Order: sequence, then C-alpha cells, then structure tokens
Amino acid sequence: MTAALTPRNVVIAVLMLLLAAVPVYAAVTANTFLVTLFTRVIILGMAATSLNLILGYGGMVSFGHAVYLGIGGYAVGILAQEGASSGFVQWPVAILVSALFALLVGALSLRTRGVYFIMITLAFAQLVYYFGVGLDRYGADDGLTIGRRSQFAGLLNLSDRTQFYYLCLALLVVTIYLIARLVNSRFGMVIQGARSNDRRMRAIGFPTFRYRLTAFVIAGAICGLAGALLANHTGFISPATMHWTRSGDLIVMVVLGGMASSFGPLIGAVALLSLEEALPVLIRVSASPMFGDAAVRMAEYWQIVLGPLFLLVVLFARGGIDGLLAGVRRG
Amino acid sequence: MLLFIEQCLNGLQFGLLLFLLAAGLTLVFGIMDLVNLAHGSLYMLGAYFAATFAAWTDSFVLGALLALAATLVVGMALEVVALRRLYGRDHLDHVLGTFGLILFFNELVRLVWGPAGMSLSLPMWLIPPVEILPGLFYPTYRIAIILTALLVALFLYVLVMRTRLGMLVRAGASNREMTGALGVNISLLYTLVFGLGAALAGLAGLMQAPILTVQIGMGENILILAFVVIIIGGIGSIRGAFIAAILVGLIDTIGRAFLPDLLRLVLSSRGASTVAPAMSSMMIYLLMAIVLVLRPEGLFPVSSK
Amino acid sequence: MADPLLEIEALTKRFGGVIASDAISLCVPKGELHAIIGPNGAGKTTLIGQLAGEIAPDGGRIRFEGRDVTALSVDRRSQLGLARSFQITSLFLDFTALDNVALAVQAHAGHSFRFWRNARREVELRTPARAALARVGLAAREDVIVSNLSHGEHRQLEIAMALATTPRMLLLDEPMAGMGPDESARMVKTLRELKRGLTILLIEHDMEAVFALADRITVLVYGRIIASGPPEAIRANAEVRQAYLGEQEDRHG
Repeated sequence: MTAALTPRNVVIAVLMLLLAAVPVYAAVTANTFLVTLFTRVIILGMAATSLNLILGYGGMVSFGHAVYLGIGGYAVGILAQEGASSGFVQWPVAILVSALFALLVGALSLRTRGVYFIMITLAFAQLVYYFGVGLDRYGADDGLTIGRRSQFAGLLNLSDRTQFYYLCLALLVVTIYLIARLVNSRFGMVIQGARSNDRRMRAIGFPTFRYRLTAFVIAGAICGLAGALLANHTGFISPATMHWTRSGDLIVMVVLGGMASSFGPLIGAVALLSLEEALPVLIRVSASPMFGDAAVRMAEYWQIVLGPLFLLVVLFARGGIDGLLAGVRRG
Repeated sequence: MLLFIEQCLNGLQFGLLLFLLAAGLTLVFGIMDLVNLAHGSLYMLGAYFAATFAAWTDSFVLGALLALAATLVVGMALEVVALRRLYGRDHLDHVLGTFGLILFFNELVRLVWGPAGMSLSLPMWLIPPVEILPGLFYPTYRIAIILTALLVALFLYVLVMRTRLGMLVRAGASNREMTGALGVNISLLYTLVFGLGAALAGLAGLMQAPILTVQIGMGENILILAFVVIIIGGIGSIRGAFIAAILVGLIDTIGRAFLPDLLRLVLSSRGASTVAPAMSSMMIYLLMAIVLVLRPEGLFPVSSK
Repeated sequence: MADPLLEIEALTKRFGGVIASDAISLCVPKGELHAIIGPNGAGKTTLIGQLAGEIAPDGGRIRFEGRDVTALSVDRRSQLGLARSFQITSLFLDFTALDNVALAVQAHAGHSFRFWRNARREVELRTPARAALARVGLAAREDVIVSNLSHGEHRQLEIAMALATTPRMLLLDEPMAGMGPDESARMVKTLRELKRGLTILLIEHDMEAVFALADRITVLVYGRIIASGPPEAIRANAEVRQAYLGEQEDRHG
C-alpha cells in the first residue's frame, strides 16, 4: 500500500471521505434515508471484505457466505429475546458461533475442489437456512423482531443513528486494514499460493489444508460480526438474510469491486447498492422523453438491466472496478 | 401402511421431477463444464409457458407440448447469445454470470406475466384417482408424471449408454477429442445439448405447474435440491443423478409426511408442523454431507478430465 | 551398498488393468545421481508420484534415511527433505520468480501461522530465495512475474524451488523437457553443480545428458526394472539396447 497519487488511490480516498461525511450531510439536509442506506453499504462491504479473504486471495469460491450474516444476526436476536441484550455478550457469541460453523463447513468442504466446493458451501448454507425456518420459537419463516439494540453499558448508544454509523465505519476500516496485513504476511502468502497452485504448495512442504481452513474460519468470524451489526441496523432477522441469493450478492460485490484487492469489496458494495437505488431513477429519467408516464412503470423492472450487467462484468471487466482503476494509470 | 405406500409414490414422483432437472444440469456440466444457476429459471419458464399456452389452446396436452418447444428454443437462444461465451472460463465466472441471468429472467417474467402467480388446471381425464392397489387410490396425474419421467429417463439412458456421444460423455472426453471422434460441428452440438437440458427443466416445471402455483422464483429452491442431487450422485453421471434424485425425493416427501407425527410426541402440534418441513429439508443436506465425507466425488464418480 | 538414502522395496501400482509399477526395488546411496530412463508409458512419472507421496502405492515400501515414509503425506515428505520438480511446469504463475522461491523457503522455516509481518520484507526468506535463484542462473529475473518467463526459465525456476526447500534429495522429473540445445547445456551444467552436494533421482529423455551426468542408471519398461547399473554397463546391455536404447541411439545418429 503505497501512498502514490494514482487514480485508484484518489478514488479510494475520496470514497472514504464521502463515507465519513455521510452523517454530516444527512444532518444538514435532514435526510435520514442516506444514513440508513450507507450503514447498510458499510455492513455489507464488511461482509464482502471478509469473503474476499477466501474468495479473492484464497481462491475458495464459497457460495454460502451470507449464512454468517444470518448466524451473527440470530445470535443477537435470540440473545435479545432471551434477555441477554449486552453487546459484550451478543457480539462475541455472534463471532464465536460463526467461527465454529465455518470450522465445521470448512473441514468438510475444503477436502473437495472446484464445483463441488461451490455446491457444498451452498448446501450447508441452505441447511442453516432451513434450520432458521424451523426455529419455531424465534419466528420461524417470518423472522424475529429485535426490540432492543445491543447494549454497551453507557459506552455507546447504538440507537443513535450517527454513533452506530461511525461504529460500523470504524469496524470496516479495521477489517480492511487487518486483512491487508494478513494477506501480505506469511500466512497470506500461503493462502495465495494455495489459490495459485495448491499441488505445488504441498510439494514444497506446506500442509495447505490447515491454512486454508484457518482463513475460512477468519472470514466466517468477521462476517458473523457483520451479521450482528446488520441485525442491529434493521432491528430484525429472518432466514431470508441467509438465502442463497444473498450469498450470490456478496460474490457479486467482491467480483464487481475487484477480487484480491483491499478496497475492492467495499467499492463493490457501494457500486451494487448504489446501482440498486440508481437504476430505477436512471431508467425513469432516460425513458421518460420517449415513453412519458410509462417510464415510471418501466423503472420498476430495473433488475432486467442489473442481471445482464453481471454477465458483462464477467465477460469484459474481470478485474472489477478496482481493476479498471488500476488500469487507468497504465493506459 | 397404505398411507406409507402413497407417500413413497409421492416421493418417487418428486424424485423423478428432480431427476429431470438434475439430468439437464449434469449433462451441461459433464459435457460443457458449465455451472448453470439459471437452470431453475428454465424450470420456471416451462411452468409459465405451459400455463399460458394451455389457456390459449384450451388443451393441457397441446399447451404442454408447446411449452416444451418454447423452453427448448429459449434454452438454445440463451446458449447462443450468452452462455457459450462462458465455456472454458472458471466456475466463479459461471456462477456470477448465470446468477445475473436469474435476476434477468425473474424480472422478465414479472414484466410479461405480472407479479401475481398463475395456475394451470388439469383436464378432467387426469383428475380422477385410480385404484392401483386394493383400497389405494392414487391421482391419475401423478401416475402420468411418474410414467413420463421414467420414459425420459429411459431415453437418456439410451442416449448415454448406447450412442457415441454418450460414450464420450461417460469417458469425460475433452472438446477436441469429441470433435475428432464425432466429426460434428461442436458448437452446434453444444447448443443442442443445452437445449435438451433446458427442455428437461421446462418439462419438470410444466409438470409441477398443476400441483404447485406457478410463481416467480419457483425455480430457485428446487435448483439447489437439484444441485444436491448431482453432488450426491457424482457430477456428470446420469445414473448417479437418477438414484440420488429418487433418494432425495423419498427422504424429503416421507420426512414431510411422517416427521410431524413423530415430533408431536415431543413438541406442541403447531411447533411440530413448523419444524418438520425444515427438518426434512435439513435431512437432505445432512445426507449430502455424509456422502461427501465418505465419497468426496459422489456415489458414481465420472472419470475426471 | 554404503549408506542408502532412498530405498524402494517391491513398489507396486496398478491403474485398472495396467501395471504402472511392477514390484520396483531400488536403492539410491547418499551422493549418487541416479537416472531412470525408459520409453514413454514405462511408469517413470508414476514412480516419482509415489516417491513424492501424490500417488498411494498398492504394495511395497519406501524408506528415506532409514525411515518408512510410505504412508506420509506430500508435505511431510517435503519436510523430511525429499524435494521434487514437475515434468509439466507447475509454478505460481501470478507471482514473481522471487516470490515463488521465497514460498519454498518459507515452507521450511517453521509454521506459517504468522499474520502480521510483511513476508515480502523478511530478510530470512528473501536472502536464501535469492541464493537459490542465483544457483540456477535466474538472479537477474527475480522481479519478473512467472507467467512472463520463458519455458527454459520455468524449468530453471522449478529446480530453484526444489533447492530452496533445502532438500536432502531431489526428484527431478524431466528437467530438460522441451528445451533447446543451449538451454539443455545450461541445465546440465546446473545439475552437475548440484550433484556435488545432493543426492538426485533424475528422470530424463535426453540420453546425452543422462549418460553425462548419471552415476547409475535404471531402465524401466512397462513398470518393471529390466536393468540397473553404471552407464557403461547399461550402454552394453543387450536387453536394454533391444527394448529401448536401440531406437534412441539410431535417432541420435
């Protein structure tokens, strides 16, 4: 991470400044929607950053990463309902249970390769999804409303939008920094080597399984924390949080932003969630001169544009947005 | 006992539907090495087409045939326009690209058919139950599904076991070897194979349509079940898919039918009825986990490339 | 035989009906360069695969420094000092040459559950890695991404990585495959230098190189050893000439 004034670094710096300024802008304009939206962006950006550790750096295409959002969320929700609303209890439980589940899934799935790995991680996530559906005591299919946010004994008040926003942003920055350290350490070299050529790694003497498993567990634990934040943000948790299409969204964020890049997943989260907000508007504005009032209805179908966009990213911008930014300097 | 037999038949019927879906997936994966998440969308389209065409023609059979043709065409068009560009790229690209296609198809269906679901009603002659065993009446339509699916399975068996294409697939042949051995235009062959897979998914969807409601996203959860089937069976193996599909169908159906009664022994009646479907769904994934621990390549592994 | 480093005893491997290793017994003493030759399909790479631990034999024993390693995993064998190179180049293509070798050094420098320090700035990894690159003549190319190196350089790098694991024995699978005459000559020179300090098991098709380098040669045909001895004896062996060398000699003129 050099501090050179490349287009990419400028974009990242501007992005971080903008993120830091969101609550200020919202306070001035009395626009709370923006804080709500960007809290979500930051939390999902954190989840995508954790996925990037195994997907981007480790080459493990986990298609069940949203399950940790669910586990973290249910840890908060269930504990809150049972009367344990202290964040000092809820959050460590969210992290720990996520880590344990990742350990179990990783131990079984990392024995396999390629498409088997994709499908197995997906299937384990479905297992937990159905477990959530069967949680009769905790709302089953309909989910669980969390009446009280995690309590931090006077230290923090998470019901305060701004405090919660900055807490999420701080945790995101710490996560990005820790993962950036991690991937350049000896440990990081091992998981990147295993992505590049696992067979050769073993031939030069690395028992790669235990390192890949460790990375898998770390990613799960961080995402579990993101899940605890998400549950606090929405005040609600349901099995839908861990539906496999949510895992797909996280993969989209990582690839769209740029795999194996420190800020890529955050950029991807910003891009995807902004697109979801902006596409309907874009369609309405661009179609209204020609179609008049029908444009409003057309805007409802914005996903018809978003879907093929993923395909285009895969085909023509494999390095994601970060790759494009890095290319600007050379081009 | 009669109830048990009936539930077994239901399980068989569901398993055979899963087989139709899984067969297309496993063929496309085995031959083109493509992971197609949008397979569930073709299943959904089959159901929508059938409901629409049946309403237009006022005939269930005609509607079904037209729907089959339509999914075949959509499948081939999809392959030509988009998916063939993904061949030879890594599986992550497949996952992402076809994930985008799911969003596209869901929205397309909403645009064309609207957000409310549709229903497809059966013709009179398929409704009355038949007495298949003394005292056991079983719906004609479900029997028809079982027979149709078995016929398709037979057709696939002949295709895979008795034709040169099938032999190459079983041997896990590479593209170049295939072209050399068959002397055919490989890209046309791929389009046809994909169309066949799409038609099989469409067939599963349209046959399911009168039993469930036809709605957006109906293909998404069953797609994952189809994936579980091909993982248990061994990716690329039609025989494995067949056996695993029936296994999964039976476990799912029998679990749903009998777990509530078992659970009622320990839970409240309402609790049992919420937990039982979830538990029988979980049992399938547990089965998959056990198979993978014992045989990481599935029950009938295809020789690797 | 004095001080055997590698002992192979009745090693057997079948693939379906094909016998790839037919009760192979072989002994490589410390300091020897032992070449294994044989026509394509003789089971040479299968033998290396079993020695390295990638392929599990159906029967027989492998002993390294007197210790039975038959059941050990690939990475455990590497840790004991058994290093291999690959016939088809198997490198970390998206890493630099130096990163490739540094990883090999790292594999033998304690565990890698170290999460904080930047591995690319660790002198204790970089210095030995540079030394290994220098030994194979790649010192000037350390910052090149491996996918941009030439085929010959890939082969050199293969050796450098095996060396960087500070092995007691090298298993080299056709290090000269696909090389031009100049590159081959350089590789022979490299191997001759390595031979001074290391025990080497060499599989190679280039007969000139084999006869120039080997202390002893074993001839493998259809998974079975048909002859084993010093180069002169192999050259004179009638069975070998008929089974294998004859055609090779003709080709070389």
